[in-house]
Amino acid sequence: MTAASPVPAHPRLGVRVAYRLQQVLRPNGGYRWLSTRIEASGPARTLFTGTERQTKTALFGCRMCGQCALPATAYVCPMGCPKELRNGPCGGVGADGSCEVYPERQCVWVDAYDRAASQGRAADLRLLHRPIDHGRWGQSSWLNYWQGRDEGLWTGDPGARPGAGT
Amino acid sequence: MSLRERLASGSFAVTAEISPPRGASTQQITATAAALRHWVDAVNVTDNQGSNVRLASWAGSLAVLAAGLEPVMQMTCRDRNRIALQSDLLGASALGIRNVLVMTGDHPKFGDHPGARPVFDLDSVQLLWTLRTMRDQHVLLSGRKLDPAPDCFLGAVENPFAPPVPFRAERLGKKVAAGAQFVQTQFVFDVPAFARWMAQVRDLGLHERCAILAGVGAVRSVRALDYMRDHVPGVEVPDDVFRRLRAVPPDKNAAEGVKLAAEIIQQVAEIPGVAGVHMLVAGNERAVPDILDGAGIRTTRGADGR
Repeated sequence: MTAASPVPAHPRLGVRVAYRLQQVLRPNGGYRWLSTRIEASGPARTLFTGTERQTKTALFGCRMCGQCALPATAYVCPMGCPKELRNGPCGGVGADGSCEVYPERQCVWVDAYDRAASQGRAADLRLLHRPIDHGRWGQSSWLNYWQGRDEGLWTGDPGARPGAGT
Repeated sequence: MSLRERLASGSFAVTAEISPPRGASTQQITATAAALRHWVDAVNVTDNQGSNVRLASWAGSLAVLAAGLEPVMQMTCRDRNRIALQSDLLGASALGIRNVLVMTGDHPKFGDHPGARPVFDLDSVQLLWTLRTMRDQHVLLSGRKLDPAPDCFLGAVENPFAPPVPFRAERLGKKVAAGAQFVQTQFVFDVPAFARWMAQVRDLGLHERCAILAGVGAVRSVRALDYMRDHVPGVEVPDDVFRRLRAVPPDKNAAEGVKLAAEIIQQVAEIPGVAGVHMLVAGNERAVPDILDGAGIRTTRGADGR
């Protein structure tokens, strides 16, 4: 972890492209086979993880928490929130949508809401994200995703009124 | 009648707030709790409010309890990791503190130790979920068994006015799903905006799963209002509130603030789904009886009124 608080980053990847990539990268037998092969080799794993780090840092300001929330947040990284909030914005968001800690930046959750709503995906933000495993920092979340280790990251609300808010 | 019973009975609940001192004494808390005990159902004890070091919330809560009033122990995610938070709940429950209010917490940047390392290991939704699991499933976040499990009544906060506004009711929905049984809102100055949020809350059916307490504050001066707008994250003060306070001479500001608070209480009490009010009066607790009188809230609590 860095000494200073995380800084909100606006994604460099448009939301529509991001959702299209989501379809392409969805886990399947091929990716499972590939990720198993990559994990079996130390150098391949290091190379793959390094590529993920470079790509996602450039596109999303990724900090490599190893348990990626992007598919559920309209591809705005919640780990860029100075409070690392994974379940939505704090109460301190400025009237103009600014982050309370970095007023010159937009709150990641305001950004995420706008992007998700523009694609009819606002319901994604209702998902409940479980506490993260701090032992996973630095790991490749793509490998974790394809290996099915990310399946418990979030869940829905079992008590919600059917069709509520839609 | 406890806060939990009051809310279950459907009668209008009133909570207030005590800010513990910067010092090693509970004398002031005891005096304030004694003064408030016949006026409110329970009183929040803040957890290093605004990221400023104060006497611990659990200790202040014990002092409130000893003074014959029910405490609401505030718990933020700013200063403690999941180990300390779970441990604190066990300790609080063992010593008779039942109401626990969970919030993310202000960033250390805003307080008297801006260089402190922020923790935020869990967020407020995850902490609610953790505490409910401890109580209902008798297990820690790790899965280890608890014996005996804590008994607690879980609260949350929400700011109906902060962006993204259309998401704010759903954000409360996440807290309710995670275990919130009551919620106290940020200062309500803009009643129509609050009513719009409440309409969404009712659409989601949240008022049936969680008691909604509207945050109402007493403003003492234009200066206090300025400070609130400029330095308290997430508080929006509409211009007509400023106009109203400036329209009276400075020595009448406090009285006008009391009148305004009483009017807001009357207005929010009319909104379907509002279960009570939370009086954000830290440092101005003496205004509580006047505000409640002005609002016409049945104020007899304690021995004869319960």
